Amino acid sequence: MTTTRSAEASDPAGGVAGFPLVLGLDTFGDLSGDENGRPQSHAQTIRNVVEEGVLADQVGVDFFGIGEHHTDDFPMPAADVVLSAIAARTTRIRLGSAVTVLSSDDPVRVFQRYSTLDAISGGRAEVILGRGSSIESFPLFGYDLADYEDLFEEKTALFAELLKGGPVTWQGKTRASLSNQEVVPHTESGPFPTWIGVGGSPQSVVRAARLGFSLMLAIIGGSPARFAPFSQLYQQALEQLGRDPLPVGVHSPGHLAPTDEQAREEFWPRWLELIRRVSKTRGFAIPTKESFAYETGPHGALYVGSPETVAQKIAANLTALGATRFDLKYGMPELPHHALMTNIELYGTQVIPRVREFLAQQAIPASGV
Amino acid sequence: MTADLSTRREVATVRPLVGPASPQRLQRIAVLGAGHVGPVIARASITAGYPVSIAASGDPENIALITRVLVPGAEPGWAADAVQNSDIVVLAIPLHKFATFDASLVAGKIVVDAMNYWPPIDGVQELFEDRQFGSSEIVAQRLAGSTIVKTLNQIGYHDLEDERRPVGSPDRLALGVAGDDTGAVDVVSGVIERIGYDAVRLDSLRAGRVLEPGGPVFGASLRRTEFEAALEAALRADTQWVSPAPPSPTTLQTGDLT
Repeated sequence: MTTTRSAEASDPAGGVAGFPLVLGLDTFGDLSGDENGRPQSHAQTIRNVVEEGVLADQVGVDFFGIGEHHTDDFPMPAADVVLSAIAARTTRIRLGSAVTVLSSDDPVRVFQRYSTLDAISGGRAEVILGRGSSIESFPLFGYDLADYEDLFEEKTALFAELLKGGPVTWQGKTRASLSNQEVVPHTESGPFPTWIGVGGSPQSVVRAARLGFSLMLAIIGGSPARFAPFSQLYQQALEQLGRDPLPVGVHSPGHLAPTDEQAREEFWPRWLELIRRVSKTRGFAIPTKESFAYETGPHGALYVGSPETVAQKIAANLTALGATRFDLKYGMPELPHHALMTNIELYGTQVIPRVREFLAQQAIPASGV
Repeated sequence: MTADLSTRREVATVRPLVGPASPQRLQRIAVLGAGHVGPVIARASITAGYPVSIAASGDPENIALITRVLVPGAEPGWAADAVQNSDIVVLAIPLHKFATFDASLVAGKIVVDAMNYWPPIDGVQELFEDRQFGSSEIVAQRLAGSTIVKTLNQIGYHDLEDERRPVGSPDRLALGVAGDDTGAVDVVSGVIERIGYDAVRLDSLRAGRVLEPGGPVFGASLRRTEFEAALEAALRADTQWVSPAPPSPTTLQTGDLT
């Protein structure tokens, strides 16, 4: 363990556990606002997301993820199509779903769409599988929420088979059987990275380890440190299964502006409105100024503030959670496109270098042997 | 109903304290369910000093690692064994699995129903669609040999540990504890108090409908006085808590946060 640690610490990318540090951005295709905060069209929102992805590449962001959604707030059901447009205009940034709601999709089609993205992007595709806490795709595609666990269990297992790349033989209850079936396109350089997004289910953590998928902790409220046992559970499950360690990532919402005050002022009214709308169906407490101050403070789950504030918080939580990846879910319904572009630029040019600096400093004492 | 409320308030204000030096043996708690909720309740109970067993639907081996890492100190077991040795059973299984839950497993026990019927999140379930009854009333009908107490359903599993406070803390929150059997409500209220919340007693499962999703205290972080005021205001403003008429179905229009 000591020798591994030393090797980690000398990783110039500032990663731990031998994995490079990855700092990404996620969007749900939050409905764009115009200069006055009036909602823009779904089509304009989607074109804006393409520009945001291109900018993320230019300013040095490692990953750009798009979460599948089917609502007026988040008109983003075909993330892979949008990612392909970004892929065609970029050369460096990794591109993926955040998340793909696999339970209400066909694993074969998901594999095909993302291996196509992998081809277009020259091997930059990733997939994060999960439910999110969204459920609108279930009635839309004719699935019963009560079957959620069975659907997810079967479909993630099939997805793991598909990733292996050879002909697939599979039998289950949730789709037609496959018998020695070739599934194309083949990927050029082996399976693309696949993660499972977990909100609070220990079984999902163990499942990710069992299937050999990386773990993405979705932390949208409360103290991030509370998730540290999940990170431990994941690594211990991998160990028990005789698998090599795999990276752990964190996904959390936030917003950047040049100052803490401006970031909070831009984010707060939209956050309040969004939670107010979903609170009755989702059981979220409606935020107060007090709770917002807590969530945006050092012990909360929202990364809202200046680049320095957000960078410190990211570095601290990556360390606390034994994670090597952070994806900031930027944007909120009706925030104007220019505010999001500023957010992305600050994240790439200021937050990312600062987080790397913090983590490299922390790594020095650990390698001091 | 108004009378019920005043009774409840009197009782609730009389016994706020469970001292750390409480001489009696603490009850053994069996938590059924190792998903989002079960391990959190088990952990909070262990911290409060209770001996705890945890069981899922099958072989304890399947939850051994989860138990060891997430609930150190708890004993993973077969559901039947865990229940048999316990004084209180906490039911924290996905509600859609309740339709096939074996009632004889928990016969004779105090059963804490921490579940919710929440169609927009978990889907429509026929067994719980009769809106004349609260979900815990339906649970009680199915588990006729057990004594049902409704609590722990109204606070997010994310918050249950963060929000615990010692007795007397100004920011200690309240949780409703509802049941038809006063003795069982007292026993479970003692657990809630010891875990770190003020217990606000409601004297029937019927009254406990006010704790359900869409109700005035669900997902809200309220101190005792605020909690009681919210219940009273809800009763004054809206007869749905006293009327058996089915509420209108909640429309599904959600954005996602994860």
